[in-house]
Amino acid sequence: MKIKLSKKWLASPYVIWMIGFIILPLITIFIYGFTVSKTDSSFTLDNIINAAKDEVNLKAMGLSLLISLISTVICFLLAYPLAMCLNNLKMKRKTFVVFLFILPMWLNFTLQMTAINAILEQEGILNLILTKLGMDPLHIANTPYAIVIGMILDYFPFMLLPIYNVISRIDHRLIEASRDLGANNFKTFFKIIFPLSLPGVISGVTMVFVPAISDFAIAEILGGGRLLLVGNIIEQDFKLGKYNTGSGLALILMAFVLITMALTSGKSDKEGGSML
Amino acid sequence: MEKLLELCNISKSFNKELVLDEFNLYVKRNEFVTLLGPSGCGKTTALRIIGGFEKPDRGSVFFEGKDITDLAPHKRNLNTVFQKYALFPHMNVEENIAFGLKIKNKSKQYIEDKIKYALKLVNLDGYGKRSVDAMSGGQQQRVAIARAIVNEPQMLLLDEPLAALDLKLGQDMQYELIRLKNELGITFLYVTHDQEEALTISDTIVVMNQGYIQQIGTPESIYNEPENAFVADFIGDSNIIDGTMIEDKLVKFLGVKFECVDVGFGSNKPVDVVLRPEDVILVDPQDSELKGVVTSLIFKGVHYEMDVMANGYELLVHSTKMLPVGTQVGVCVDPENIQIMNKPASEDEEVASLED
Ligand SMILES: Nc1ncnc2c1ncn2[C@@H]1O[C@H](COP(=O)(O)OP(=O)(O)O)[C@@H](O)[C@H]1O
Ligand SMILES: [Mg+2]
Repeated sequence: MKIKLSKKWLASPYVIWMIGFIILPLITIFIYGFTVSKTDSSFTLDNIINAAKDEVNLKAMGLSLLISLISTVICFLLAYPLAMCLNNLKMKRKTFVVFLFILPMWLNFTLQMTAINAILEQEGILNLILTKLGMDPLHIANTPYAIVIGMILDYFPFMLLPIYNVISRIDHRLIEASRDLGANNFKTFFKIIFPLSLPGVISGVTMVFVPAISDFAIAEILGGGRLLLVGNIIEQDFKLGKYNTGSGLALILMAFVLITMALTSGKSDKEGGSML
Repeated sequence: MEKLLELCNISKSFNKELVLDEFNLYVKRNEFVTLLGPSGCGKTTALRIIGGFEKPDRGSVFFEGKDITDLAPHKRNLNTVFQKYALFPHMNVEENIAFGLKIKNKSKQYIEDKIKYALKLVNLDGYGKRSVDAMSGGQQQRVAIARAIVNEPQMLLLDEPLAALDLKLGQDMQYELIRLKNELGITFLYVTHDQEEALTISDTIVVMNQGYIQQIGTPESIYNEPENAFVADFIGDSNIIDGTMIEDKLVKFLGVKFECVDVGFGSNKPVDVVLRPEDVILVDPQDSELKGVVTSLIFKGVHYEMDVMANGYELLVHSTKMLPVGTQVGVCVDPENIQIMNKPASEDEEVASLED
């Protein structure tokens, strides 16, 4: 009895954390999203309907969707072959090499973004090298390209790790069985390896796409404040005290995220993701 | 008969540890050959070299007269039934069986017919839509066999396919395999560490130890005329006793001279004498020069298993007669049941002398 009690007490900080930082904010957003204003608490759907009608919002939503989709696809296209290569390494310290690739995850976020900016900026490292080589400088900074690059660099480990995990767990005998039954490497990949790695791919896609579509920080730093993603508009609304409209938009975004999660849950690789 | 498969001087080591050394073997068409040996003796490695999953360090593999040593696995006209079946978990039974045929772009109708035929052949009629995870070990086993045979390979390689099954199921499957072999006319190369299994299903048994072939022969010859102590010991229970060949057809062991049928060992030469437990006959003490006493008795169903202490050696005896512990007995053996083998001078020679 005593032990049970103390265990419960140990969990209490988390319960308080969850109530304070997840449940309460959610409830607040719901209340704000469905009420007219701070002073008028009557029920309304106007916040959501207006948010969905507003042209700036629509544009931002379109851009958010596009940028997060492109980032997710590129992350996938880079991470999948890399995961295969890492898995094929004949080294003893394989996990160490994998660790090197996910190390940036633990770098300070602002530092990461500042570094990317320093590379991409008009007078940055990239253009310095390009001009030295006699090529025209690129105008990447403060464009959607910069945001995409930032997202790829920031979220790449979240794509790599679940895919690597699931691939490394594929029973090698299945691959041999496929070869034995007449499939060459190419067919073995598409009929055995890829289908078996799908749970990892889905985890990876979810873990990149969901934060990407709700991002505002990367866009703010690398987009030069000129480009507005959904996340930026919400942030702006809240900063300006427009809690009700901001919450309306937040609820729409949440619907996007929930739909993504619903589509992918059950098929994703829970074990692989938990390593993060 | 034509040699379908031939291994010539195959050597293979892993991390400088020799697993197969100058390994030579051939398999004739329509033969059921079994590689039999204790775990770790290199059976799987030999099979993987034939399947193309391992490259030998030296030597060649010939299949239908062609050198296939460097041929990729998917180009070899043979199929493997893997030790743990290796069924594709994301496909149902039918899709597993159809895999090889789809790869070869066979027509839909052909594939459907083949699946039906194969399911019937392995007694899994109506299981086509099942998930492979929902099947028992024996059923998975049969799916693995069906998946291999629909490709009509010249040769089927089976790596301990029955090891994971319980005794009764394993025995049933042995008869299934014999039936399949007879119905399909496919050549089987089978790997097992279970001597009873090998004796039941094989046309030819290859007894292996530590990467060397110890003896090749029919089940009868391997059982009745083991060429050395390793084979005698590995194939069934046997009594291996130090003896002296007095002269042709006369051997002395446990202090008593016995008539036997072997000749050509010289005179007064040390030899190993092998007595199968079922060949030891227990009689009244006065009817034999070799006397002993029953020290243990176990009922085994078909027979009683007894230990008989005779002149300092504990003989294993199988008999249908029950003799209680403590019974004084005489020990007799028919001359033709006494198997004489040369003593190896050393352990190394024991292994190497048979590699000729
Ligand atoms: N891929 C490998 N790497 C290292 N050692 C191996 C490998 N495959 C087999 N061996 C070693 O080779 C020996 C023979 O193995 P194996 O052919 O699997 O024997 P069996 O099938 O008769 O039990 C064992 O000692 C095993 O440890
Ligand atoms: Mg083995």
